[in-house]
Amino acid sequence: MAAVLQKFLKDSGLYVFTTRDFMSRVRGGHNFTLIRFGAEQVLSHSDILDGIIAFDEDSLVLHSKSLKPDGFILCDSQWKDKDQRIIPLDLLGIAKELGNARTIGSIATGVILKLFDLEPVHIEDTLRKYIKKQYLEENRNALLRGYGLVGKRYSLPAGEPGERIIISGNQALAFGAIAGGIRFYSAYPMSPSTTILEYLSSKATEADIVVEQAEDEIAAINMAIGAAFAGAPAMTGTSGGGFCLKVEALGLSGMAEIPLVVADIQRPGPATGLPTRTEQSDLKFVISASHGEFPRLVIALRSHRDAFYQTARAFYLARKYQIPVIILSDQYLADSYASIEPYELDGVQPAQELEAVVEEGTYLRYRITEDGISPLLVPGKTKNFVTSDSDEHDERGWITESAEVRNQMMEKRLRKLIKLKEELQEPEFVGEDTYETLFLGWGSTYGPITEAVNRLNRETSGKYAALLFGDIYPLPEKLLKEKAPRAKRIINIEQNATGQLAELIREKTGIVCDDSLLKYDGRQMSSDEIISYTRKGVKL
Amino acid sequence: MSNFSTHQTAWCPGCGNFQILDSLKTALEELGKDPYEVLMVAGIGQAAKLPQYISANFFCGLHGRSLPAAVAAKMANEKLTVIVDTGDGDSYGEGGNHFIHNIRRNVDITHFVHDNQIYGLTKGQASPTSMEGMVTDVQVNGNANTPLNPVLLAIACGAGFVARAFSGRKEHLVSVMKEAIEYKGYAIVDILQPCVSFNKLNTFAYYNQRVYELGEGYDPYNKIAAMEKSMEFGEKIPIGILYKEDKADYHQKNPVLKAGVPLIDIERSPDVLKNIMQDFF
Ligand SMILES: Cc1ncc(C[n+]2csc(CCOP(=O)(O)OP(=O)(O)O)c2C)c(N)n1
Ligand code: SF4
Ligand SMILES: [Mg+2]
Repeated sequence: MAAVLQKFLKDSGLYVFTTRDFMSRVRGGHNFTLIRFGAEQVLSHSDILDGIIAFDEDSLVLHSKSLKPDGFILCDSQWKDKDQRIIPLDLLGIAKELGNARTIGSIATGVILKLFDLEPVHIEDTLRKYIKKQYLEENRNALLRGYGLVGKRYSLPAGEPGERIIISGNQALAFGAIAGGIRFYSAYPMSPSTTILEYLSSKATEADIVVEQAEDEIAAINMAIGAAFAGAPAMTGTSGGGFCLKVEALGLSGMAEIPLVVADIQRPGPATGLPTRTEQSDLKFVISASHGEFPRLVIALRSHRDAFYQTARAFYLARKYQIPVIILSDQYLADSYASIEPYELDGVQPAQELEAVVEEGTYLRYRITEDGISPLLVPGKTKNFVTSDSDEHDERGWITESAEVRNQMMEKRLRKLIKLKEELQEPEFVGEDTYETLFLGWGSTYGPITEAVNRLNRETSGKYAALLFGDIYPLPEKLLKEKAPRAKRIINIEQNATGQLAELIREKTGIVCDDSLLKYDGRQMSSDEIISYTRKGVKL
Repeated sequence: MSNFSTHQTAWCPGCGNFQILDSLKTALEELGKDPYEVLMVAGIGQAAKLPQYISANFFCGLHGRSLPAAVAAKMANEKLTVIVDTGDGDSYGEGGNHFIHNIRRNVDITHFVHDNQIYGLTKGQASPTSMEGMVTDVQVNGNANTPLNPVLLAIACGAGFVARAFSGRKEHLVSVMKEAIEYKGYAIVDILQPCVSFNKLNTFAYYNQRVYELGEGYDPYNKIAAMEKSMEFGEKIPIGILYKEDKADYHQKNPVLKAGVPLIDIERSPDVLKNIMQDFF
């Protein structure tokens, strides 16, 4: 039902943001979807509800305390005495009358559209996308029936016209990978990364990708490295626990200089943690994962736009620098849907554009170069041997224990960082230059922090700003060093228990945060929480 | 000079690895392979150094992880002749899970296991195929574990080409290697290989006295008989192709690869991105 409703809302010109909250079990438990919409871009969820659609008593009991005093509850009429905000409609009875109890969702969708005075547009097209053919007619009737059951209650400002897409974070990441030129994806199922595996499988034939479910995460990453060595841009995806298993091979990608994209869709740890919930606690782990020293890039995804563009960019940079690039996302972003402007497809540079040209017989896979980047060829494509070694090696790729060569190779690999650092993207600055308080955040807290800053600035005439990191390791320092000294108070806002970004910033720049807002209960913080903390200095 | 000419090796004089390397070069030459289209893959160990000693492309990855890298390279470019040469510890110990599951995957690669029944590179600890009772610096009271039977396991897991060979019988080894490389699908050859430095039990003489070639009368297509034959490992050790079965390989079953164009050569339609974005409107 959520998918259908969010599409109707989007098609009426509104912006939509949908998050899903489920328990780690296949059936039962309390699962819910939170849909937020409005005429302006919605960047995150909210804890304050205008309405509740409850199909069971639990939903009613658990959420009614978050409902505004003048909010509404749509639920079966048998619970009508529980809360005076209930709109008593015999939803189940009507659904049965229509011939199928499961059309209850479509009836509710109709009711919601009417309450918000929204005309259901392209009904058939929308339903066809989500509902099986044989149930189309009855759901259409149910929707129209629902629409007729109530009067209008809210009137929203008209949405901005323009065609938008609605996409989840993991879909956007996977689509970005396709734009970046992915040809090989291997993974072992693990929430909340599995939808990438599923999505890419569904596009394998259309986009010519080999998608392989590996026997374990170690196989998954070693496969991706093997495919990349043979010339297929490759990615492997997982969550923190699976990333733990991939760590040795991450170093192989660094040592053998094989381009690789690794997606870590974070969930609360340690160990199995809270499998279906959210956290940002893998930062310090992934920036130092694997023994030894080698260059890597870590990009945190902040939004549904980032998920596409930054994943595509990850492929390009992995290939350009022949390094592992780690994409850090989390369950909140992965499973949430947002309506956004369509992606600009023309500007994306695919990884394949970087083929080296080498004269026959002169090839040295690991040639020592000024910028540290050696020519990378595809084996079998030229009369040159392409070699690759996890042992320390000479320019030809042969094992060596020479101290001199070791030093040269170590320095060559690390030299790649010089050029890479020049093309790092600085964090996004949001808010006003008259700020007194500067928030620091990274990844998916982008939405809640941005909203909080904007709302706080409306009340305080511009006393707030934030720096929100996407590229996070190596840490881009320029803007931070410029903005931090001008703040009276610096607060790091993170979805973890130890303030990992604050620690990283302190280590790299000496800048110390005055305060921190940390959340690690597995639920994403909202802008409401940030505002309340900022005002009162206490957590909600 | 041979197409696959050798570089200097770091093996002990008298090691069975030399004959395996020599046989492999002969096999590749007799098959008329272009060295630039051969990809040698290995993990880590003494055997795993073989790719360094042959003129071909090579990928020397992590201990135990040669198979995932090898099968994926083949998925990326089926024009490559992909050969894994690596140790028994690498293949059956650290890489045991990959061994089982890549049999099921049935990608068209060849897996030569240098089975010296010992961990050579790390100076002589028991491997999964070490004999019960073998005394080492770690197994001070003798190896208490039952040795793994890799050929029986491979047949049981559904491998389509399972063979055993001995490094000391070059002509036979070359012929088995050639058939394994030519086989369309995953082919494993467990090659008995004396380690002169650390395995004092399974010496050249030990193997030489015991091995016998499977004769003309042996039918490798009979699975039950093959399993029975694979269990013979004692006073007599059969060498040759124990089991063979014609079955569809990974590429034939994969919707993207079955047309026969290497993945890296498939031109993606320029409209793919536009079409995919259409789904999200
Ligand atoms: C992850 C990891 N664990 C352990 C090692 C150490 N190690 C290297 S080779 C090897 C065993 C080698 O035995 P085998 O594969 O039989 O090869 P051999 O040397 O006998 O040819 C071990 C334990 C390693 N390199 N990596
Ligand atoms: S240690 Fe054993 S296996 Fe390794 S080279 Fe020496 S004899 Fe061969
Ligand atoms: Mg061994």
